[in-house]
Amino acid sequence: MSKFDRRGFIKLAGLGGGIVFASSLSRGLGLNALGSVVDYANAGLENDFYFVQLSDTHWGFAGPKVNPDAEGTLKKAVQAVNSLEEQPDFIVFTGDLTHTTDDVQVRKDRMSQFKEIVAGLKVPTVHFMAGEHDASLDRGDAYQEAFGKLNYTFDHKGVHFIVLDNVSDPGAIVGESQLDWLKGDLKQQKMDARIVVLTHRPLFDLYPDWDWATRDGSAVIDALMPHKNVTVFYGHIHQENHHMTGHIAHHSAKSLMFPLPAPGSVPKKVPVPWDATAPYKGLGLRSIEAKPKQAKYEIKELNVTRE
Amino acid sequence: MNLKKRVLITVTLLASALLSGLVVYTRANALPVERVIHITAKKFEFSPDSITLKKGEPVVFEISSEDRKHGFSLRAIGVRSDVLPGRVSRIRFTPDKTGKFTFSCDVFCGDGHEEMTGTVVVTE
Repeated sequence: MSKFDRRGFIKLAGLGGGIVFASSLSRGLGLNALGSVVDYANAGLENDFYFVQLSDTHWGFAGPKVNPDAEGTLKKAVQAVNSLEEQPDFIVFTGDLTHTTDDVQVRKDRMSQFKEIVAGLKVPTVHFMAGEHDASLDRGDAYQEAFGKLNYTFDHKGVHFIVLDNVSDPGAIVGESQLDWLKGDLKQQKMDARIVVLTHRPLFDLYPDWDWATRDGSAVIDALMPHKNVTVFYGHIHQENHHMTGHIAHHSAKSLMFPLPAPGSVPKKVPVPWDATAPYKGLGLRSIEAKPKQAKYEIKELNVTRE
Repeated sequence: MNLKKRVLITVTLLASALLSGLVVYTRANALPVERVIHITAKKFEFSPDSITLKKGEPVVFEISSEDRKHGFSLRAIGVRSDVLPGRVSRIRFTPDKTGKFTFSCDVFCGDGHEEMTGTVVVTE
């Protein structure tokens, strides 16, 4: 989101604040002992904030017909984020940071090179997660050495973020052990907690013939379903896609290396060729404006080149 | 014909009748013969990658890997199996619908995994 857009949003939020406040009166506002207004329903929730999602950077990929600027696109994305006039609170990378290779040393080198490039981000807080290209061939060994845990949680301004690993098992399985961990974590959350799940593959069957699914994703969704405010952001499919499973919204992000065709739209899943008349078409990053009090997320797609 | 001969003929006839009955019974109750199709998996292809089946004809896919762990998934029919080197994975089914269906490797196996697919064509 540009400074102009962000400022515009803040203005609107400021104007709308009164409306939100007014509408809140009927659902849990009261006076405390000092006479100030307390919003009991939203206790613990803080101000709006925004974060940036980057995905599927596939560092190490080579294919001039698909992306003749394979070595420059990630760097341009870093510049694009740095040029945002108001910087996000944090950045998330939703997997496939590197392109897969059978060579363990090349895999490690690609991860080091990736880290060097993203170290150029001005925002100090960056949350990483693995894609199958990073982690499926060695069950996440090199990834963990370079980036840390495959699954973890963090909290930010009243929102509980859960990073799920559905890639280190090459069969696209979350697995019983991680499911137990997830259920244990969810038990500690209120039923109306603001929960964001970050993962690589879709948790629902988007198009399994193209590997666009998580084999035990329905068990994850079942575990999340009792919670009222859950939103999932993921990558893997190299395009925007928005889907609901009950009240849970799932939003996929564009890639920063090559776009893929719409699910099932062509007989074989192959990258969309580079369009010289529209460089970087189909690639991009996104800003996500989180509004914890309303449990809402406003997504804005951004171009790689910020033009 | 003496008694001994008569008994022998009777026993022989009875045995023949029993045996032919048994053959008829066995034929009538035998399981349909499965068509066996051998499939090999290796990075990043199945061989054969195009298989034609008949609706209602029972088949068994015998799948083996020549290099590493793969998966075989034929979702339209609702069957899948891991495919491991040094082992034969068997998938038995009887196609109950006609059409062209994709099968794919559903265990990530490297750069080219996405292209590891094939088709099953089921005819009348």
